Amino acid sequence: MKQYAFFPGCSLEKLAASYYVSSQESAKKLGVELRELEDWNCCGATTYFHVDQLLAHTLVARNLAIAEKAGLDLVASCSACYKNAYFTNQHIQEDPDLAEHINYALEEDNLQIKGTSKVYHLMEVLANEVGAEEIKSKVTHPLTGLKVAAYYGCQIVRPRKNGENVENPQFFESLISATGAEAVNFPDRLRCCGGSLIMTSRQAALDMVNKILQNALANGAEVIATACPLCQVNLECYQAQVNEEFGTNYALPVLYFTQLLGLAMGVPPKKVGLGKEFVSAMPFLSRYLQKEAR
Amino acid sequence: MTAKPTFGQEIANLLHASHGKPLSSCIQCGTCSGTCPVAEYMDQTPRRLIGMINANMKEEVLACNTYWFCASCYHCTVRCPAQIDIAEAMYAVKRYSIWHKTNKEELVGPVFSETWVKTIVNSGRSYEPVLAPTYMFSFGPKEFFQEALTATNLMLKGRIPVLPPRIKRLENFKKMIRRIIPVGGPS
Repeated sequence: MKQYAFFPGCSLEKLAASYYVSSQESAKKLGVELRELEDWNCCGATTYFHVDQLLAHTLVARNLAIAEKAGLDLVASCSACYKNAYFTNQHIQEDPDLAEHINYALEEDNLQIKGTSKVYHLMEVLANEVGAEEIKSKVTHPLTGLKVAAYYGCQIVRPRKNGENVENPQFFESLISATGAEAVNFPDRLRCCGGSLIMTSRQAALDMVNKILQNALANGAEVIATACPLCQVNLECYQAQVNEEFGTNYALPVLYFTQLLGLAMGVPPKKVGLGKEFVSAMPFLSRYLQKEAR
Repeated sequence: MTAKPTFGQEIANLLHASHGKPLSSCIQCGTCSGTCPVAEYMDQTPRRLIGMINANMKEEVLACNTYWFCASCYHCTVRCPAQIDIAEAMYAVKRYSIWHKTNKEELVGPVFSETWVKTIVNSGRSYEPVLAPTYMFSFGPKEFFQEALTATNLMLKGRIPVLPPRIKRLENFKKMIRRIIPVGGPS
């Protein structure tokens, strides 16, 4: 079984608990072991970098150093955690002066970083390291006919990490297709959900969420799939506020891609964390679930 | 005698870890503004902001909301034909404004970020309920009620932790931070 150091990030403890359990269950089915990083700290999302860059890199580096100590590559499931870990790791490899500053601080926690571990988003591991073909072979309950809007959001693809296609990525769609579901055409799939603006610039963020929901619905989506806790919360938990503000009438379920993967591979609904949504996906999912599991 | 750096140079100096080209290579094409999903809510578009930084219009740059309305989605960065890391430049102006305390009171972004960082410095983890007061009180009564309702629903669904989480090796963690920021660190 291939092992990775799993960095869940703060959201996955409660706010996105269904992402945590469905990640673990799906990975297990696919022969991937996600070993939770020991005593990890918050990656700072965007906010550390607003205040102090060196502090931000140091706090991110502590997590990377713990993974290095365990001799494992790091996997993050939140797009912001992933982006932070990826670039701090890269800067440490390329900038010996930065690495020296950070290592001096890390000594206080008996840690050291060289930048030798690789950093992945969970979706990358499942789409590229495992692969759609392998997933297809594990699907026992295909979600045939389910119309899914595969929503990338921003930081999973941006900034560009290593020359990859940032304008027309396909890895998310390949995972959705592997479950038997249909990835609908979705022009807004790379458009930002507003991130933390939902708290700091509410009006702008609600408008951004509104546009994405409208685009998904106009293209026939029954469910939106996400790969980031903040995207999930903005698109789902703020639907009621969007409806209030814009006089809309959305009731569009927003699930983590790992929940769909898990269901397709026969993981029971409870074990992929279904039941914590604001907008139930059951009207669309019940036709795929065995009677006893509903 | 060394000349005092211009505002444009000061911001450029804050971009040292960026892989992008210097702001001075901007050709004012407006691809960033056309791409930005928040541009319509900004006082100045990203293109104009870069032009203003390059023209050393310090007061005007710091007075606008543009950089705090940047959601860090990096869409401008990946499309810039001059290869400027524009989102990173927004971070640079955010840091500049926080250090120099130039932000207007009605902006929520700076208070939110500082509160978040303080929470982490003291516990190693973020905790949503501590952040709520930084933005909720900027809301009108209707918005306040809506946000409270969303928070209540999250709580009922068991999606908000009751107690603030903290890491195990917190003492080491705090000492580590003091090696980076020796003055005014956590007590």
